[in-house]
Amino acid sequence: MLMHSGTAFRRIHLTLREIYFTGVMSLIIILVSGLFVGMVLGLQGYDTLQRYGSSEALGILVALSLVRELGPVVAALLFASRAGSAITAEIGLMKATEQLSAMEMMAVDPLARVVAPRFWGGVISMPLLAALFSAMGIFGGYLVGVQLIGVDEGSFWSQMQASVDFREDIMNGVIKSFVFGAIISWVAVFEGYDAEPTAEGVSGATTRTVVTSSLAILAADFILTAFMFRGA
Amino acid sequence: MNDDPLVQISNLSFSYDSRPILSGINMTIPRGKVVAIMGSSGCGKTTTLRLIGGQLKPTSGSVTVDGQVVHQLDADSMYAMRRKLGMLFQFGALFTDMTVFENVAFQMREHTNLPEAMIRDLVLMKLHAVGLRGAHALMPTELSGGMARRVALARAIALDPMLIMYDEPFAGLDPISLSIVGELIRKLNDALGASSIVVTHDVQESLKIVDYVYFVSEGKIVAEGTAEEIRKSKTPYVHQFVWGEADGPVPFHYPATSYAEELMGTVS
Repeated sequence: MLMHSGTAFRRIHLTLREIYFTGVMSLIIILVSGLFVGMVLGLQGYDTLQRYGSSEALGILVALSLVRELGPVVAALLFASRAGSAITAEIGLMKATEQLSAMEMMAVDPLARVVAPRFWGGVISMPLLAALFSAMGIFGGYLVGVQLIGVDEGSFWSQMQASVDFREDIMNGVIKSFVFGAIISWVAVFEGYDAEPTAEGVSGATTRTVVTSSLAILAADFILTAFMFRGA
Repeated sequence: MNDDPLVQISNLSFSYDSRPILSGINMTIPRGKVVAIMGSSGCGKTTTLRLIGGQLKPTSGSVTVDGQVVHQLDADSMYAMRRKLGMLFQFGALFTDMTVFENVAFQMREHTNLPEAMIRDLVLMKLHAVGLRGAHALMPTELSGGMARRVALARAIALDPMLIMYDEPFAGLDPISLSIVGELIRKLNDALGASSIVVTHDVQESLKIVDYVYFVSEGKIVAEGTAEEIRKSKTPYVHQFVWGEADGPVPFHYPATSYAEELMGTVS
């Protein structure tokens, strides 16, 4: 994959196009899901924190949960279902309808022209989507916690600002989402390129993309978390 | 046929795993001629095209294109050779995310540094040659089967190839489209000074336009000759194929036990 990535960056419009299709077109599902996840976190978090008289810490709970874990993981699971499956289906159908063979016969390498831009489009999109998911989630937590329940707005934001560390929390979250993006994109392009060129083959490959990448995300999340936050 | 062939196939054999597809075939494709490879489905016609294009490697024997042994080429040389080839796939294989114009312009943009204005003119010329200049803004999903085949033909000749390969160009076409595609194959071959290989089982249409025919059956060449020789051939297989007889060397019935025995229940 890396050997064929030169084209994806030399002809950046190919990768930008894929960022549009995988990233921009996934925005709605990511933003709406982020909002609801944040709202649920606000409700559940308040319910738990107020038992210990620390409901003002709701901002910290919402932000850390989202930035460290839920943002990267849930956004990645949604991305695998929305964009990963689409990438596999597209490449698989291109194979089934001989478009990849046609490209080869035109002396154009499909790995460089089709596969690499889709891979890098996914890798670049994923951290951006995870960041937007987290931001939307924090807004959802604010709506429920501050506007609906009545947690103090100053405490909500100031405690969040004081407790969320840029390197320890935000950067680790970004690294996670980057790794998840690479996993999803790699699985998606591999399954599409390796799909049997039949309707059944493409269907099976699409399913495998979602199942394999979802399980790989959860496994990778455990491993990354163990390394990143072991001393925290 | 010719002293200076563009494609020379010598003792070519090919197997998928242990299943033999082609067994020691020899063919010559002279420059400037249209040659058909005919035979029933699954006889190895498309495999032959893929071997010529270097998408498959022969089990034994060789394919030589313009003096180069295809399976001995490294990746760069293979791509350099393919730039001189054009191929029309069975159902067109147009890129579905691009317009007709972009499909035809694809190779020009990939392999040349021509200015966009010149690419535009060249693409419109190619589309005009197949009668679809007015359809340049359409998407492949908006085309009929015959139109898609003609766009694919315009794309195949985008860089004026020396060899054009057609994989079942007549499959699924109505009589008008079939006649148009047939005429285009002949006219474009002559206008470009190219050579063409037409893999088909549409006998009547292809015999109107080809210079020479190879008949392949079970991975071997069973007959060859000019269109006229093929029409008059007494070879049982060729006769059955050309005149579309239901039974003959290619039997109507799939191999089975005795009909009477099976009906009488003596065979389980």
